[in-house]
Amino acid sequence: MWDYLKLIALGVIAVLAAIAANYARDLAYLVNALTIMLAAATAFIWILRTMGDSLPASQNEYNDGVVRAGVIATALWGVVGFLVGTTIAFQLAYPALNLSELTQGYMNFGKMRPLHTSAVIFAFGGNALIATSFYVVQRTSAARLFGGNLAWFVFWGYQLVIVLAATGYILGATQSKEYAEPEWITDWWLTTVWVAYLLVFLGTLMKRKEPHIYVANWFYLSFIVTIAMLHIVNNLAIPVSFFGSKSVQVFAGVQDAMTQWWYGHNAVGFFLTAGFLGMMYYFVPKQAGRPVYSYKLSIVHFWALIFLYIWAGPHHLHYTALPDWASTLGMVMSIALWMPSWGGMINGLMTLSGAWDKLRTDPIIRMMVVSVGFYGMSTFEGPMMSIKAVNSLSHYTDWTIGHVHSGALGWNGMITFGALYFLVPRLWARERLYSLTLVSWHFWLATIGIVLYASSMWVSGIMQGLMWREVDSQGFLVNAFADTVAAMHPMYVVRGLGGVLYLTGGCIMVYNLWATVAKQPRVASASVAAVPAE
Amino acid sequence: MDTYSLLREFADSWVMLSLFLVFIGVVFWAWRPGSRKVHEDVANIPFRHEDKPACSGGCKGSHGNDGATL
Repeated sequence: MWDYLKLIALGVIAVLAAIAANYARDLAYLVNALTIMLAAATAFIWILRTMGDSLPASQNEYNDGVVRAGVIATALWGVVGFLVGTTIAFQLAYPALNLSELTQGYMNFGKMRPLHTSAVIFAFGGNALIATSFYVVQRTSAARLFGGNLAWFVFWGYQLVIVLAATGYILGATQSKEYAEPEWITDWWLTTVWVAYLLVFLGTLMKRKEPHIYVANWFYLSFIVTIAMLHIVNNLAIPVSFFGSKSVQVFAGVQDAMTQWWYGHNAVGFFLTAGFLGMMYYFVPKQAGRPVYSYKLSIVHFWALIFLYIWAGPHHLHYTALPDWASTLGMVMSIALWMPSWGGMINGLMTLSGAWDKLRTDPIIRMMVVSVGFYGMSTFEGPMMSIKAVNSLSHYTDWTIGHVHSGALGWNGMITFGALYFLVPRLWARERLYSLTLVSWHFWLATIGIVLYASSMWVSGIMQGLMWREVDSQGFLVNAFADTVAAMHPMYVVRGLGGVLYLTGGCIMVYNLWATVAKQPRVASASVAAVPAE
Repeated sequence: MDTYSLLREFADSWVMLSLFLVFIGVVFWAWRPGSRKVHEDVANIPFRHEDKPACSGGCKGSHGNDGATL
C-alpha cells in the first residue's frame, strides 16, 4: 500500500517536472527540472522493481547501509571539492586558466568559486555529518535508525540537492548570498530533505535504550535544528515565476545583509563547528580508547557555544551601514566565544592524557589531534579578526580566506579524514586499514598543504591590507588596486601548491579506503554479518 | 512606544538576564552533587553496543523479531 503511494507521488513529480521543463524560462531551470524528472523516474523504477521483496529490517541490527553510502559520497565529493578549489586557486594566479574563450565564461572563477565552497562545505562536509550522525546516534542510543528507508531518502535527497545546486551555479541560477547561493527550487527541496533528516535523528533518540543522550548527539541535534532555522529565514524569497529559477528576497538593504551574515556565521558555527564537534566527541574517545576527558566540561562547552555563537554574525559587517551597537555586540560575542572553543579543544586534547604514546604509533589519532589543534588555532584567530581595529586591516583581504581554510582544511577536513579511516574497516568488516603508511603520507601531505595555504594567505592578506591603506606625505593613496594584485602573485602560486598537496592527500585516502575494502578479506563481525550487500 | 523599542527594551534587560541565569544554572547543574557517577556512566556510552542495538530481553543470540519491545 505504502509502495503504491510512493509510486503515485513519484509519477506525479516526474510528470510535473517534465511539464515545468517544457515551460522553462531559463536554462538553469530547464536543467534542474530535467534532473528532478530523471531522479523521480529512477526512484519510480527502483521502487517498482524491488516492491514486495524486502522483508522488514530487524530491529536487532544497525542500519549501516546508509552510513556506507554516506562514507563513499563523503570521500568522492571531498576529492571533487578539493580539485575545484585547486583549479580556482590557479585561476587566480594565472587568469588565462579561466579559458574564457573556450568555455564561453561558464568555467570562470566567479562561477567555479561557489561550486568549490558548496562542494567542500555542503557536499563533503554535509555528507560527512549525515553519515557520521547516523552512525553515532545508533551506537550511542543502542537503537536502529528510526523510520526505515527514510534515512535513504535523506541520503539520496541530499545528493539531489548537491546536483541541483552545482548545475544551477554553472548555468547562472544564484541568489548571490554567500554559502546560500542556491535558488528557491533547490532551497525548497533542501527544506524537505532536512525535515526528514530531523525526523530520522529525533526518532532514533526517542527510541534510545540508553537513559541519557550522549553529548555528541546534543551537538548533532543543535546542528540539524539550527541549520533548518537559518536556511529558512535566510532564504525567504518569492519566485518571480514558477517556471523560472529567479526569486526576489523578502528583506532588503542592511536587514538583508544582517540576515545573510547571521546565516553565514552560524553556518560556520553550527554546520562546521557544532556538527563536527559531535564527530570529535565520539571518534576521538573511540580512537583513543578512553572516555572524554571531562563530561562536565562538554556540557558547559555545548551550552556556552549555543548561547554565544548565534550573536557573532555582525562581525562580518564592521564599518558598514549596520548600526554601531550591532557591530560592537557581534565583536564582543565573538571574543567571548574564544572561551568555550578552547574549553572544547582542551577537552578533546586531554582525552588523550595517559595515552599520548598513541600519537607516535597511530596516524589516525595524530590526524584527529592536529584537527583539534587547528580548531583551537582558528577559534583564536577568528575572535582576534572580529576586533574592529584588526578587522579594518584584515577585512576584504586574503587573510580572511586563510583563516577560513585553516579552519576548514585543518579542523573539518582532518577530523573527517580521521572519522573515515575509523569507519571504513568497521563498516565493511575488514580487520584493519589497507595501509597505515599511506595514512601517514596523507597526514603529512595535508598538514604541509595547510601550512603553505595559511602562511601564504597571511602574508598576502596583511600585505594587501597595508598596501590599500598606505598614503604618502600629501595624503594620497600610494598604491593602485592593480598594484596589490600584481604583488600577490607569488603567494597565489604557493597557495595553489598547498592545494595540490592537500588534493594529493585526498586521492591517497580514496585509494587507501578502496583498497581496505577491495584488497582485504572480510572478517566475521557481529555488526555486519547479517546485513545484506547493498 | 513603538513595538521595536518596546521589544528591544525588554530584550536587553529581562530577557538577557534570564538567558544569563539559565546559563549559570546549567553550570551549577553540571557540577551538582552526585553528578560524578552519572557523568562517568554517560561518558562510557560510546564503548557499549558497538555492534548491535540493546535489546530488552528475549532476543539473545537471535535475529528474530523483537518488534514487541520497540
